Amino acid sequence: MHTFLQLAVNGLGKGAVYALLALGFVIIFKATEVINFAHGSLVLFGGYLVVVTRESLGWLGASLVGVAGAGLLAVVVERLLLSRTKLADPNSLALLTIGVDVIVAEEIVRRLGVGVPFLGEAWDAKPIQVGGITLFRTHLVAMAVAAVLITAFYLAFKFSNWGVAMRAQAENREAAALMGIRSRQVTMTAWLVAGLLAGVAVLFLATQDFSGAGLSRGTHSIALAAFPAAILGGLDSTAGAIVGGLVVGLVEALSAQYISFDFSKSAVFLVMLLVLVVRPSGLFGTRESTRV
Amino acid sequence: MRATVAGATANAPVKPLRWLRWSAWLVLLVVLLALPLYVGSEWLKAGQWMMTGAVGAIGLTMLVGQAGQLSLAHAFFLLAGGTTYTVLASGTEDGRVVGFGVDPLLALLAAVAVTALLGLAFAPVSGRLRGIYLGVASLSLVFIGLYFGQSADRLTGGTSTGRTPAPFALFGFTFDNSGSLVVLGVPLRQAERLWYLYLALTVIAFVLARGAVRSRVGRSWRAVRDHEASAAAMGVNVAWAKAGAFAVSSAYAGLAGAMTVLWFDILKPDENEFGTYGINVSIAYLAMVIIGGLGSIGGALVGALIVFGLPQVLSLYSNQLGIFTGSGAGAVTPILVSTFVYGAAIILVVLFEPGGLAAIGRRITGGLHAQRKKEGTSR
Repeated sequence: MHTFLQLAVNGLGKGAVYALLALGFVIIFKATEVINFAHGSLVLFGGYLVVVTRESLGWLGASLVGVAGAGLLAVVVERLLLSRTKLADPNSLALLTIGVDVIVAEEIVRRLGVGVPFLGEAWDAKPIQVGGITLFRTHLVAMAVAAVLITAFYLAFKFSNWGVAMRAQAENREAAALMGIRSRQVTMTAWLVAGLLAGVAVLFLATQDFSGAGLSRGTHSIALAAFPAAILGGLDSTAGAIVGGLVVGLVEALSAQYISFDFSKSAVFLVMLLVLVVRPSGLFGTRESTRV
Repeated sequence: MRATVAGATANAPVKPLRWLRWSAWLVLLVVLLALPLYVGSEWLKAGQWMMTGAVGAIGLTMLVGQAGQLSLAHAFFLLAGGTTYTVLASGTEDGRVVGFGVDPLLALLAAVAVTALLGLAFAPVSGRLRGIYLGVASLSLVFIGLYFGQSADRLTGGTSTGRTPAPFALFGFTFDNSGSLVVLGVPLRQAERLWYLYLALTVIAFVLARGAVRSRVGRSWRAVRDHEASAAAMGVNVAWAKAGAFAVSSAYAGLAGAMTVLWFDILKPDENEFGTYGINVSIAYLAMVIIGGLGSIGGALVGALIVFGLPQVLSLYSNQLGIFTGSGAGAVTPILVSTFVYGAAIILVVLFEPGGLAAIGRRITGGLHAQRKKEGTSR
């Protein structure tokens, strides 16, 4: 029981970070129906900026630069590339983001070289003991930050003008445009928010507590685990992203302990497959209907 | 992907140019057949790698472009095919791993059959999902393959050492350095022999795929891709067409996997998801297909030439070029450069020419047609 509780805590801590990443996928998908395969590079880019600037700016300043940089890169990709192809279908745009991802990730991995710096100085590797359960600071801060950001996002989504515009566009792009919603701005903000979330996530990803490794190609592949999180929750459901993130975190932690560490990566994907076979559009996703 | 529909189906070659096309293929074939007599083994080795990519890419382009099913699972089927060949063909003498000592030709056919069955077994998933959902779902196979490679070391030889596959042999003739065979004063050793083997496999794969795409089977794939409900209404068995496309594509990947293992002369499963059978390889194959033009068999060949050929050619020229300085941290390697190139090529293709290089090629030959027609009328 004790082990299980410990694992659950670890899993939820990791799940909070996955939820941040999955939410990024979902926001972009809702606004544009594109799934962003370059999310891993946004993560890497944010992390890389932190590494480069922290000597001069200190940890906090560097982190802010990293988060902002990831958001900016997302906007640049959207403005420079995706917005130019209004007529292309979302699936080809997803392929385009693969091209972006390949280039950005390769270049950053090259620049990092053999060094794998850790990012989470403020909360790295100082566990706290509570009633026999070890709480990693990374996980605690991640849960708190995720809770704050997700609540803020939810409130904005429900009540702000941007949220209304975003929901309208997700419902019906053309009708929303006819009603005077600036799809350009909505799309751009969606990418910005997703990028910022990726920039926040990397501060937790490349830490001793989360992955045991610093910023490297591995960080990019951890970001890939947010794919199953977004998909099993349902690509167009923000609540699904959060549930999906937590499920992925838990499955990973539990299978690493009870089956084997090597298996935990596949376990996440197997759970996703299982969900998809039963519910092809994820747990909370909207079902596609066919009209003839 | 729908944007390529017109490109994939518009094959209508006008009669007068057909002989030109045939003779072009013929010339190419003769050149490829004669090449081992003139170029060194390192170039042949590079060529073999491109042909490996071509076989896999032909399979993937049928699945993604013709049948409209996005798959990132190609690397998994490569591993499955490579492992099947190695396990069946290798001898029983090494007690560390399992081997059956089957005739290599049978082992190769079995590799194709086994991967086709694995592709069929994925039908419950591939039949139900579409687009990106299927793409990410198929990615899970790569992770399953990674785990399989790590844990089933009696079959795969394990991640640290791997295992050596038995050399390919056809009716007693072995494709390695054994024996002596001289043609026109050129000794045909492993590199030359494998070149001919790979060329034969590529040609067979190409011809079969062209046949499939132009036949009833290909039409049913395209019908399902364009509109499932109307395809069903027209009498296409949608589930079977989808499963069939996945099985055919997997079989091609299985063959490419066996070719991969023979090329490396070792079966070595990956330690992480970025190896010979990892995500990056799945993406590289997808890149070939996108760059070539989704659904175009000829385009897949050119895509393989770019994505798999470029790093080979660059590393052969690396000394002369002088841009690949040093190794380790921050080094600019041929693989890095070609990754940049194909990443950029994907972006450019999606932005400017969704039909890929195949569409550009068609435009050029289309231009020729128009010119000929104009000359014909003016005469």
